[in-house]
Amino acid sequence: MEREAMEFDVVIVGGGPAGLAAAIRLRQLAAEHDRELSVCVLEKGSEIGAHILSGAVMEPRALNELIPDWQARGAPLNTPASEDRFMFLTEKRAFRFVTPPQQANHGNYIVSLGNVCRWLAEQAEELGVEVLPGFAAAEVLYDDNGAVRGVATGDMGRTREGEEGPNFTPGYELLARITLFGEGCRGSLTKTLFERFGLREGVDPQVYGLGVKELWEIDAAKHVPGQITHTAGWPMDMSTYGGSWMYHFEDNLVSIGFVVGLDYQNPYLSPFEEMQRFKTHPLIREVLEGGRRLAYGARAISAGGFQSIPKLSFPGGLLIGDGAGFLNVPKIKGTHTAMKSGMTAAEAVFEALADESASGVEVTGYRERLEQTWLWDELYRVRNIKPSFHWGLPLAFAYSAIDTVLLRGKAPWTLRHRPDHEQLKPAAACKPIEYPKPDGVLTFDRLSSVFLSNTNHEEDQPCHLTLRDDSVPVQVNLARYGGPEQRYCPAGVYEFVEEGGESRLQINAQNCVHCKTCDIKDPTQNINWVTPEGGGGPNYPNM
Amino acid sequence: MKILVAVKRAIDYNVKARPKADGSAVDLANVKMSMNPFDEIAVEEAIRIQEAGTASETVAVSIGPKQCQETLRTAMAMGVDRGILVETDEDVQPLAVAKLLKAVVDKEQPELVILGKQAIDDDSNQTGQMLAALLGWAQGTFAAGVELADGSLTVRREIDGGIQTLKLKMPAVVTADLRLNEPRYVKLPNIMKAKKKPLDTLAPADLGVDVAPRLSVLKVAEPPARQGGIKVPDVAALVDKLRNEAKVI
Ligand SMILES: Cc1cc2nc3c(=O)[nH]c(=O)nc-3n(C[C@H](O)[C@H](O)[C@H](O)COP(=O)(O)OP(=O)(O)OC[C@H]3O[C@@H](n4cnc5c(N)ncnc54)[C@H](O)[C@@H]3O)c2cc1C
Ligand code: SF4
Repeated sequence: MEREAMEFDVVIVGGGPAGLAAAIRLRQLAAEHDRELSVCVLEKGSEIGAHILSGAVMEPRALNELIPDWQARGAPLNTPASEDRFMFLTEKRAFRFVTPPQQANHGNYIVSLGNVCRWLAEQAEELGVEVLPGFAAAEVLYDDNGAVRGVATGDMGRTREGEEGPNFTPGYELLARITLFGEGCRGSLTKTLFERFGLREGVDPQVYGLGVKELWEIDAAKHVPGQITHTAGWPMDMSTYGGSWMYHFEDNLVSIGFVVGLDYQNPYLSPFEEMQRFKTHPLIREVLEGGRRLAYGARAISAGGFQSIPKLSFPGGLLIGDGAGFLNVPKIKGTHTAMKSGMTAAEAVFEALADESASGVEVTGYRERLEQTWLWDELYRVRNIKPSFHWGLPLAFAYSAIDTVLLRGKAPWTLRHRPDHEQLKPAAACKPIEYPKPDGVLTFDRLSSVFLSNTNHEEDQPCHLTLRDDSVPVQVNLARYGGPEQRYCPAGVYEFVEEGGESRLQINAQNCVHCKTCDIKDPTQNINWVTPEGGGGPNYPNM
Repeated sequence: MKILVAVKRAIDYNVKARPKADGSAVDLANVKMSMNPFDEIAVEEAIRIQEAGTASETVAVSIGPKQCQETLRTAMAMGVDRGILVETDEDVQPLAVAKLLKAVVDKEQPELVILGKQAIDDDSNQTGQMLAALLGWAQGTFAAGVELADGSLTVRREIDGGIQTLKLKMPAVVTADLRLNEPRYVKLPNIMKAKKKPLDTLAPADLGVDVAPRLSVLKVAEPPARQGGIKVPDVAALVDKLRNEAKVI
């Protein structure tokens, strides 16, 4: 089937902070230099912000540079950070520690990153960017020389079997002189680019965490606007990387969540249930009691830091944002770095495209520029904190303190990472974990949770959770690891069901919240997450 | 022939609506809004009639806040020729909407008005009927099939126990039911073209309509949570529960 093609100077995949900041910067530069430059942003969510899930304490540094008058333009950064608490939890108690210097939040804001993105998209549209939500980039397009020449959006209206249904509409080819990939953590196209251009050669594997988040409206009397709490310790054991956040922001809202390092080893672990259990701690229960849960969601986070940053450029394209792994892990902040990388890419691209004939070129100036920015310095300094957690919590704390305070991040060594999917131990070698039953008030089951993510996918479409080999789920995952996908998927997509004495993996793809955990953690990398029809997935409000 | 389609910006059908903490209204802060699904069906039908060559122009009208522009752009991306926004931040109730639509009809002189049978936010199911009454036009509500031939309109309606077929004199008002058609996917290039289609903005005052609410909302609350079921050991226990606890027998 012929696809219609459209041409732009720059196509940006992903309407997150990285993609939107890049789009804005490009059009600002075009206006300053009085140059024509067409820019479009593709977003797989049904609207901008629909798939954005973050904490989020936002450092306004990049935003100050991009849109200095953001306050006057009504950016939704309404709650300045006030009190900062770092607690170590045991099952019943909480001990307050000195807040690690990376986590000091003075001058930052507690935001809904989804709402910030909605606002950024308005700014981008005002500057003439074509913002196109509801369209997923499903395929990278290459020219005869192997350079990226754009992307194709997915077909709409295919049936489950892949046939053309009655409302079938083929995808579009969006051709570009340069394509920016800002898909966020574990981008599905970015992953194919890593392979095709060998972008990860000589760097550490990316490692990840999974953040499970809930939004609560609490009793006004307990609400402390601007209060930030991070915890470590319980319910994780000493050898598993994990911790929580709780941020009080506007309108009596509290953002609360739990991050589990996806390098966990016990296949019985369930990040979703750890989050539920975590809420039963007296410190948290006390805050949430009498409130109501408004929203739920989950998203993976890149935690590799500096040593996992891949090669960033290739002919015709660049990687920006969390897809490239620009996240400051000890700070648990990636918004300011995502934006900064997008802005820096925009500047390098704008310069490269000054040559009218430039198309499909490799913009190497991007990395050179990036290395001169605060982003690079910031990520370099904190590079050893996360890998030290392999040694267990007490040693990691001690190491982090020495690395940060004494060596100021300038230690002459760099600790290395191992890929998350290789970390699981066989189920037989591990102890099953008993999680408490949900009470329906403070703690919940998966299905009633996914309900609050407003997730939907057109039912009759090919399954977007593809298996390279259909026999692996039962023969390897279930037999050896006890079916870990049933536990790590925060949306209950994977279920092993018994039929006539045989087990079978059932995939409830409609529930998928696009967190990308299965693509990361599947022990043999048999699951390949691809984009479903555009517009499908969660519809997160205020997340 | 000109067709006017009315489109409402409503809470998205995927979003779980929930009341504000003070029970005054449904909480819409940063919630996804989109075109009422029944209105999408109405738009699709109008475009199909135009594509079949029976209509020469299709115009979409929306009433509400400035953001309704997006809803009109969607209608135009689907294929409608132009849009009219009657902009107001007031809570417009069905009667006010019907009056405003009548004023737009007087101005635009369409021969056919298509609306959704109801909006999924307030489920009023009144606007189309009120509009037909105000105009003194024929009405075909809950349409599951529409056919235009020789100045008359055949409307198939889904009713209890079957399909009713009506023949209406034009001009007429039609409200769209779920099975009238399946709206198309919006084409990407058309989204960009829609940004250049004409969109006029009017105020209720320009149309001489008083939109002051006639009904007041007392309270918006969530339906009571469903009680979990229990298992009874035998029939005797069941009868006992039904008689003494549920008090239904
Ligand atoms: C649980 C959690 C808590 C966090 N807390 C904080 C915090 O407190 N402070 C902070 O600064 N940072 C925080 N972060 C990190 C921050 O959210 C990310 O660093 C930031 O969102 C990265 O921006 P991005 O634009 O690179 O990617 P994303 O924000 O992930 O955006 C990518 C966008 O691209 C879209 N997309 C992806 N693939 C495609 C495709 N193929 N076609 C079309 N569209 C596509 C996605 O739908 C998404 O909208 C947190 C992250 C998580 C997961
Ligand atoms: S199926 Fe995969 S991507 Fe989707 S919610 Fe489950 S783990 Fe996340």
